[in-house]
Amino acid sequence: MSQLNHQWQRFTLAQKLSRYSVYLIFVLALVMSMRTVEIIPEFFFDAPEQMMDMFSRMWPIDVAFYPMTVHSAIIETLNIATLGTLVTLIFAIPLALLNASNVVASPAAHWLARFFLVSSRSVNSLVWALLFVAIFGPGVLAGVLAIALRSVGFVGKLLSEALEEIDMGSVEALRATGAPWGAVMLKGYWPQVMPAFYSIVLFRWDINVRESAVLGLVGAGGIGVVLNDSMNLFEWQQVATSLLAIFAVVIMAEVLVVNIRKRMI
Amino acid sequence: MTAMQSYLDIKDLKKEYVQGTPILKGINFSIEQPGIIAIIGPSGTGKSTLLRCINRLVTPSSGNIIINSQDASNARGKMLRQLRRQVAMVFQEYNLVERLSVIENVLSGRLGYMSSWQAWRRQYSQHDINTAFELLAAVGLSDQANKRADSLSGGQRQRVGIARAVMQDPSIILADEPTSSLDPKTAVEIMSLLERFASEKNIPALVNMHDVKLAQRFATRIIGMSNGHIIYDGPPQDISDDILKEIYGGESWLD
Amino acid sequence: MAGLTPQQHKMHPDPFPRKPWHSVLSVLVVVYLVYSINTMGLDWQRFIDGLGHADKLLDRMFPPNFSRWELLLEGLLESLEIAVISSAAGIFLSLFIGLLAARNFMPNWVSVPVRGFIAICRSFHPVIIAILFVKSVGFGALAGILTLIIATIGFIAKLFAEAIEEISFKQVEAIQATGANFISVILFSVMPQVFSRFIGFATYQFDSNLRNSTMVGIVGAGGLGGTLFSAFQRFDYDFVAAILITIIALILFWEFLSTLVRRIFQCRS
Repeated sequence: MSQLNHQWQRFTLAQKLSRYSVYLIFVLALVMSMRTVEIIPEFFFDAPEQMMDMFSRMWPIDVAFYPMTVHSAIIETLNIATLGTLVTLIFAIPLALLNASNVVASPAAHWLARFFLVSSRSVNSLVWALLFVAIFGPGVLAGVLAIALRSVGFVGKLLSEALEEIDMGSVEALRATGAPWGAVMLKGYWPQVMPAFYSIVLFRWDINVRESAVLGLVGAGGIGVVLNDSMNLFEWQQVATSLLAIFAVVIMAEVLVVNIRKRMI
Repeated sequence: MTAMQSYLDIKDLKKEYVQGTPILKGINFSIEQPGIIAIIGPSGTGKSTLLRCINRLVTPSSGNIIINSQDASNARGKMLRQLRRQVAMVFQEYNLVERLSVIENVLSGRLGYMSSWQAWRRQYSQHDINTAFELLAAVGLSDQANKRADSLSGGQRQRVGIARAVMQDPSIILADEPTSSLDPKTAVEIMSLLERFASEKNIPALVNMHDVKLAQRFATRIIGMSNGHIIYDGPPQDISDDILKEIYGGESWLD
Repeated sequence: MAGLTPQQHKMHPDPFPRKPWHSVLSVLVVVYLVYSINTMGLDWQRFIDGLGHADKLLDRMFPPNFSRWELLLEGLLESLEIAVISSAAGIFLSLFIGLLAARNFMPNWVSVPVRGFIAICRSFHPVIIAILFVKSVGFGALAGILTLIIATIGFIAKLFAEAIEEISFKQVEAIQATGANFISVILFSVMPQVFSRFIGFATYQFDSNLRNSTMVGIVGAGGLGGTLFSAFQRFDYDFVAAILITIIALILFWEFLSTLVRRIFQCRS
């Protein structure tokens, strides 16, 4: 009777090869990047000192600067974020419906919806803002549209995923009663998707508050404009005021969102 | 309803989901009398498909479905919805809208008669609201009217499902294994409810089930299916053991 | 039980109690829309005018002009370099920072300040951080790399800390009970639990760094963003279109690659 030596491998040969290839490619990419990137070593070693210098110039924070300019700019930023998020819904909801395989069955519709959703996500809101400033001129309109269009991809994708996860039983029952399409959406899909919908919108609003703060750097309104002006004038203490205001608003928005989500559950 | 007009006429109904593997291989029957008609047969034999072809949740591959002398086989859009509201369905998993209240679930039986706008504004007529409360009382759930549907037990949910179905004022009730998820006592209660409504409204109820004893107790007519065909269609007392073996036993449904 | 024959028609109460917060919400939204459109001075006319410009702009953007492809390639490579280096360095640093922030491994006087640091890294938009770095270390890729390292730490270190806090100590105990040394314990009980999630985080963060690396250039931190910004300022809209197409293609390409990578590492036999 021969003794069988069992062989145990955690991964098959093919898996081992592919895992090692990934590691290898990653290391290669890293090495190549480090060799070709243009960094002046002196700047690199100088960096901590330079940063300390800049921070020291920001202190003390120019508090008087706040009520004059920063306050209204920050309010404007919040408005850009909120209005932008609301406008997003106009586009995101129809696209989400088109993209959900349990709402619309045609693959052509899916491809079309997916195309718009992916393109909207691939371009940063800052780049959208550049584009819209070129079209509509500097100001809040460009900012609102930039936020709105960037968020369409995010909200639309998550919403269509939420739609596809619902239990189709009650939808089937409503169709069987002869209810029209709108009633089936309202009473069958919406009650199940509602918590996810609010959660997604809040999540995106939170991110949008952050994004809106910087749009002003390219002229699209909000606190970014004040920040840009202060920096161009080398008024570091005013820069610090704006930064602090942004930080405060972002924290408040996050606290707000976390609390609302707790209430919803 | 005159003797000439039938509630339901199925002519040579065939359905295949996958090319070359038909589920329904030519179903023929008609319903001319009210009361409970039980369809029995093993799983996979097409009972559920048959029912869903009638209200077109599934589209037949060929054949005719005639509901109250109207051809439902090719109906679409508004015509289809009008036909659907005449056919009420009770589901094995109840299929209630969990987040809505019990009374709103019952009222949703009227959605086939309303526009989407009215549905959004919840503009149910007072008559409908009254009927809904009366139906809830008839199924013994008056005190649950404003509770969320998902707070009810299985048997209670099925009673709401039946109330919703009757709310449609249908000319035929379809019930797809309505008792399969329930314990034996509750199953009897549900079947009694169906029997009562069928006789009070004078309409037929086509009920899928796999409990033969239950079928024999409540049905006035039994249709036995096997392998996509009807192999028995008659009174419950005439079902012999041989016939049952042919339906459930044997390998005939494997061929 | 009552039958269905119409008896006395009791007037039943309306089964739909008006849920106050639903209507309050809708009213709030409408009021807000009116208020915000007014305060910000958005008017329809400006929008319509803008659409006219948009038309002309789109005309000038198409067909996209790839003739200055060397410039494009330079920017693209720089963006890639920034993304790769900052992801690698950032993830490497996050391993330690995340460990320091884990409340089940570290005492409070260590974990609390570290968590605070991570929170600060997250709160600021990468562009703001980029500006600060540009002002302090000068224009170019270095600022971009430092920026994205901070952004990476804000995300990866936090997730890593949470993952460590969630590990089941039972598996750790089991391996410890075999008498294995500390490194083996980490390798065989901690790592397997967190590794596949880690791959998920890493690919997501690389995606984020790739996107950001194409944008921080707008404020001078290197990469394709700089090329884009100069093109805008020179009104070279057809070149802008070419750059945008490149950016979108790059991101799509990585999205495809990352699903591949995740599949390779998810396969457990």
